Amino acid sequence: MTITENKPSKIIGTRLLRREDPPLLTGEAKFTNDLNIPGALHLSVLRSPYAHAKIKSIDVSAALKIAGVVAVYTGKDLQTSWAAPMPCAWAVTTDMKNPAHYPLAIDKVCYVGDGVAAVLATNETASRDALDAIDVQYEPLKAVVDLEDSLSDKNVIHSDLGTNKSYTWPLLVEETPGCVEQAFKKAKYKIKERYVQQRLIPMAMEPRAIVAVPQPFGGDITLYSSTQIPHILKVMSAITLGIPEHQVRVVAPSVGGGFGSKLNVYAEELLCMALARKHNAPVRWVEERSENSQATIQGRGQIQHVELAADENGKITAVRVRIIGDMGAYLQLVTPGVPILGAFLYAGVYDIPKAYDFSCTSVFTNLTPTDAYRGAGRPEATYAIEMGIEALAREMKIDSFELRKRNYIKKEQFPYTAFSGLTYDSGDHLLAAEKAAKMTDLAGVRAQQKKQNVAGATKLLGVGMSSYFEMCGLAPSRVLASLNYSAGGWESATVRVLPTNKVQVITGTSPHGQGHETSWAMIAAEKLGVAPEDVDVLHSDTAISPLGLDTYGSRSLAVGGIAIALACDKVIEKAKLIAAHQLECASEDLQFENGTFSVKGSPDRALPLAAIAFGAFTAHNLPDGCEPNLEAQVSYDPPNFSWPFGTHMCVVEVDTETGAVEILKYIAVDDCGNQINPLIVEGQVHGGVVQGIAQALFEEAVYDMDGNLKTTTLAEYLVPAACDVPAITTAHTVTPSPTNQLGVKGIGEAGTIGAAPTVITAIIDALSSLGVKTMAMPASPQTVWKTINEATSGGKQ
Amino acid sequence: MKVSVTVNGKEHHGDVEPRTLLVHYLRETLGLTGTNVGCDTSSCGACTIHLNGEAVKSCTMLAVQADGASVTTIEGLAKDGVMHPMQTAFMENHGLQCGYCTPGMVMAAIGLLNENPKPTEEEVRMGLEGNLCRCTGYHNIVKSVLAAASAK
Repeated sequence: MTITENKPSKIIGTRLLRREDPPLLTGEAKFTNDLNIPGALHLSVLRSPYAHAKIKSIDVSAALKIAGVVAVYTGKDLQTSWAAPMPCAWAVTTDMKNPAHYPLAIDKVCYVGDGVAAVLATNETASRDALDAIDVQYEPLKAVVDLEDSLSDKNVIHSDLGTNKSYTWPLLVEETPGCVEQAFKKAKYKIKERYVQQRLIPMAMEPRAIVAVPQPFGGDITLYSSTQIPHILKVMSAITLGIPEHQVRVVAPSVGGGFGSKLNVYAEELLCMALARKHNAPVRWVEERSENSQATIQGRGQIQHVELAADENGKITAVRVRIIGDMGAYLQLVTPGVPILGAFLYAGVYDIPKAYDFSCTSVFTNLTPTDAYRGAGRPEATYAIEMGIEALAREMKIDSFELRKRNYIKKEQFPYTAFSGLTYDSGDHLLAAEKAAKMTDLAGVRAQQKKQNVAGATKLLGVGMSSYFEMCGLAPSRVLASLNYSAGGWESATVRVLPTNKVQVITGTSPHGQGHETSWAMIAAEKLGVAPEDVDVLHSDTAISPLGLDTYGSRSLAVGGIAIALACDKVIEKAKLIAAHQLECASEDLQFENGTFSVKGSPDRALPLAAIAFGAFTAHNLPDGCEPNLEAQVSYDPPNFSWPFGTHMCVVEVDTETGAVEILKYIAVDDCGNQINPLIVEGQVHGGVVQGIAQALFEEAVYDMDGNLKTTTLAEYLVPAACDVPAITTAHTVTPSPTNQLGVKGIGEAGTIGAAPTVITAIIDALSSLGVKTMAMPASPQTVWKTINEATSGGKQ
Repeated sequence: MKVSVTVNGKEHHGDVEPRTLLVHYLRETLGLTGTNVGCDTSSCGACTIHLNGEAVKSCTMLAVQADGASVTTIEGLAKDGVMHPMQTAFMENHGLQCGYCTPGMVMAAIGLLNENPKPTEEEVRMGLEGNLCRCTGYHNIVKSVLAAASAK
């Protein structure tokens, strides 16, 4: 048997190309819809065309006559199939209202897209044809579409709850009682602003797809799903269907993007499982794009009222925030928690006293349920505080960058205990901001702006910026407990050195574009002194990786990556005992470098990890009490969130005649601590920034007064194309996190958090000479043009 | 209806329902699942293939319309285990993340360079207008295509 020699390496921090790419580039990778499961029945779901209506009757007889149709089920037919309603894992308050939510509606529908009936057929064509043959009689009810209208309870959606209000969640932190109110009374400057976070559709390029494969005689069921959360889905589907958890296996094959939209337990997953068990046959479902727009969760959807108080120098003395959150028709997996994830960030990167008064009231509407979408609560909060800072600077008639400098938490204040009691691990906001300003050539752009933005000019230049914190790396389990979240925030890893010194890493993270296989192999290779190509990374199958909490909230590296590093440490510890035994020395006398144990001071007395791995396998010569094989499992609960930060700047040119906005330059300076693979980090920033730009300029789930979604396709919902967005200049500062051994922080959501306020503040800056002080999102040419006209004609903005 | 198509150099003769889209014929009848479907309005370009050497969206045409044509899908690009230079350029420039839009994007990019071998950055951005990507922000896709062009 040949044993590979350990190669000395310095792997972490290099731009190693992704191992994920060749199968994806050649068509070899299998997404869920590519799986060919013989004998699978096809599921199609009939969806409500009404936002709010009573179901009077459903006649399925014509549908049943269509060739190939096997069965048709209504919500009533399946009522006994569910052991519990669909799960919401985050009861943010003890009195939170949570309407019972089942995979198919029973008596009434509550949004356009709500499932009404399920068809099973031997082929997809028949199952879709059958949908048209089902006759449903509805009694339409008044749809509640507007948040403030919902709050009034004029029309209550879930009558058993008696109100449209789901919860009010307050966070009042005062040094002394009443100090917020006093600060506003005493303030030399104050601002009061209202912002609207429009609903967004996540639009992962791969629509959702599911296959449930039962093995009735084997006593189990396998669910293949395009999901971010195979582990959570396993637990939740077992509970909802009343199946013993150990009989459920969930596999996420290649997953084509998620952005939070696949962080959920969906009706179709439960329907496929229930019907597969009922019919003893595999059941598959593939989402159409228009279903994806309506039946997959949407993001954002908030009205924000923000007040800042400041002293004569512009130092912020108090923050007051009132949010109305749009839950949509029902609470999905973490719907109510999304605004709460932002609740701690309305002071942004600024040093404020304990004078913080936040409250969020969330309401139901007759719209698609909302839930986590890239950033989840944190982009909304960052937008509000950064727009607030701009408004305060306008009030004070000073430069907004100068105002930020007066308020930034200073480098020497870290680790910084915030008003909320949370500890911000490390940061240097001024450094990142100054780097961004330099790269933007801020002084040069300002000079150009003076020349260009003269009276009568129609192409106006503007500079925007935002400085952000991202509270991510979800999350310390005890903190989650304090927020009433039903699960923990740990992550699991197993590291196994095979007899031939090849390594298996088994992770509980579940990648869908983030390159975990490459990055996790780099971490293990660096730790163990092997080549990255000798490390295999296994994931996203609960039979292979039974423990895990999956991928969302920029947690995978800061939690899952650390679990891998710790598991490597445990493997090395064990290997060291074996090495000491075989080298006949004390283990304290050994050092481990480049994959080899050697006796300190006697480098010739050495054993490579390869020899120990093989020795652990043969088990011929192990110390007494030492188990064979070289492997270790770790469940790691992080001591803190990770707090990446940065400053983004952009330069825009606004055409005042057409309202068109062109981004001339976009600079992103992000600090995620140490980087495992800068190539992947940059990619995360690029994609995140463009999603933020998309919120600022293009995207909105538009509903009419009756709750009909008017942007159901990619022809109407404007996901930007390459020609719509600029090149992104990325740069980094490196402030390692002191809370984990790799010094890393998350980066998946940072770009999205930084980008929207950067673009909107740039547009307002460009138009400031015309009196424009605010700009709704998306800042479409029509919106920009209208806002300019309202400002110049003295109307309301 | 009868249909004869050469796909990735191999002839296929078959009988298809007239309403079968080319993309479904490729995926379901021929088992070439590398070509993806991302929308139902011909907006996303995930299903882009080459028809007689030209990049087309295979959801915009019926299988029977491809009768007598030569089709190349993403599976037909690599030769003897070596990826096409455009595939290599995407890998070297991190031009993909989740990889769902990638087959269509690569086919569109090759089509673009066939028409315009030395495009500017702006021409690449305009040329890929019909292909949507949600992960990369396009930055590294554009870089990949420019790298492939300059390597030619």
